[in-house]
Amino acid sequence: MRNFDYVAPTSLTEAVQAFGQAGDKARALAGGTDIIDQIRIGRRTPELLIDTKRVPEMMVFEGDGAGGLRIGAALPLYRVRDDANVQATYPALATASGLVGAVQIQNRATLGGNVGNAAPSGDTIPPLVVLGSTVVIAGPRGTREEPVENIFAGPGQMTIAPDECLVEFRVPAPKANSSSYYVRFIPRAEMDIAVVGVGVSLTLNGGGQIEDVNISLASVAPTPVRATDAENVLRGETLTAALAREAGEQAEHHASPISDVRGSADYRRELTKVLTRRAVAACAAQLGVNVT
Amino acid sequence: MTTDTVARVPVTVTVNGAEYTAEVPPRRTLVDFIRYDLGLTGTKEACSVGVCGICTVEMDGVIVSSCILLAVQANGSEITTIEGVADGDKLHPLQEAFMNYGGFQCGICTPGQIMASRALLEQNPDPTEDEIKNWMMGNLCRCTGYYKIIESIQKAGEVIRLGN
Repeated sequence: MRNFDYVAPTSLTEAVQAFGQAGDKARALAGGTDIIDQIRIGRRTPELLIDTKRVPEMMVFEGDGAGGLRIGAALPLYRVRDDANVQATYPALATASGLVGAVQIQNRATLGGNVGNAAPSGDTIPPLVVLGSTVVIAGPRGTREEPVENIFAGPGQMTIAPDECLVEFRVPAPKANSSSYYVRFIPRAEMDIAVVGVGVSLTLNGGGQIEDVNISLASVAPTPVRATDAENVLRGETLTAALAREAGEQAEHHASPISDVRGSADYRRELTKVLTRRAVAACAAQLGVNVT
Repeated sequence: MTTDTVARVPVTVTVNGAEYTAEVPPRRTLVDFIRYDLGLTGTKEACSVGVCGICTVEMDGVIVSSCILLAVQANGSEITTIEGVADGDKLHPLQEAFMNYGGFQCGICTPGQIMASRALLEQNPDPTEDEIKNWMMGNLCRCTGYYKIIESIQKAGEVIRLGN
């Protein structure tokens, strides 16, 4: 493996200094389950790895004081997967955290890594997006908060500057009578990268109509994408099997997939329809509305 | 950047109860550190990308793939490898069960299988077949077809539940 330097800051101030000085020569090292392999095969060539797991601000896991949640960018995914509050309140995020690799990976891998790696297939990204999450970004020019949805520039690329780092994710309190769901398709039973992934969050009003809905697609475009056409046909309506099917048809408008070893572009487009339909129906079922 | 310009980093780890200190290049993986620097060759490396589970060790109470973990990331941690599983000459119930119920054939994946299943039984000594399959999804075996491994884990769980 190509060599590199290593530092392990123990405060956010130290981390910001390290990222600020190194700029694009450095990469964050959280769990390491992506970056170490990427260095070994030469896909990324950082001169410096900055270990984020010893930065307390990047390891937080607590309420935000307003019913929402703060999750440090370097917190291992098993903590999210196993948390009773996340399972009950943000089920899509608990599900996705349990789909990234096996137990050994989930014990190391992090939301910051899954998001920061910026793979179009990142399983935790659609749940974070549909839950309206933001990410706190720190750098030499100060600290800012961005919607997770807005930080992807392309495969492996974020919009944040090289001298900035991800600190924590903030997942707002869900509205009353809402739920979330994540489903992906992989060709084997476990341990693979999503051919297509669909995250849905759904809020019903007192009359049972869809008050709000967010749908995010993974692995169908250079970045995770929102399926706004599908959201638009659902919003304000009473969910039926036919409407869930129509949402799937509309979601396909947002898919611009590539063909690769895991599936052809046509197959991914078809999967986008099927998985969107199923995810919408499953999310509604969690709210007691059964349409299939 | 060449190896010569990269500073070695001091690492202190406790492995199977013994403390070790060394200066390592940052790129040294934990599995290489364990095998080559510490000479504990029970831990194997196969896929090197964190999908086969063969290099599984316990670090600070959770199992990790030591092939995609740097030794420097383990600084200050407590590690258990397959060499630390038995209690002196008394084998762990999993080690006994893997022998008695044919849980291995070629044996190369066995240290990882035992480290992973040991972590499962510590939190759930009576796992169902599905719970075992789900927990062990990251430990591949190309010989046994898994049935004997599942049986070995369940039999070891029985022994543990009966208080060894």
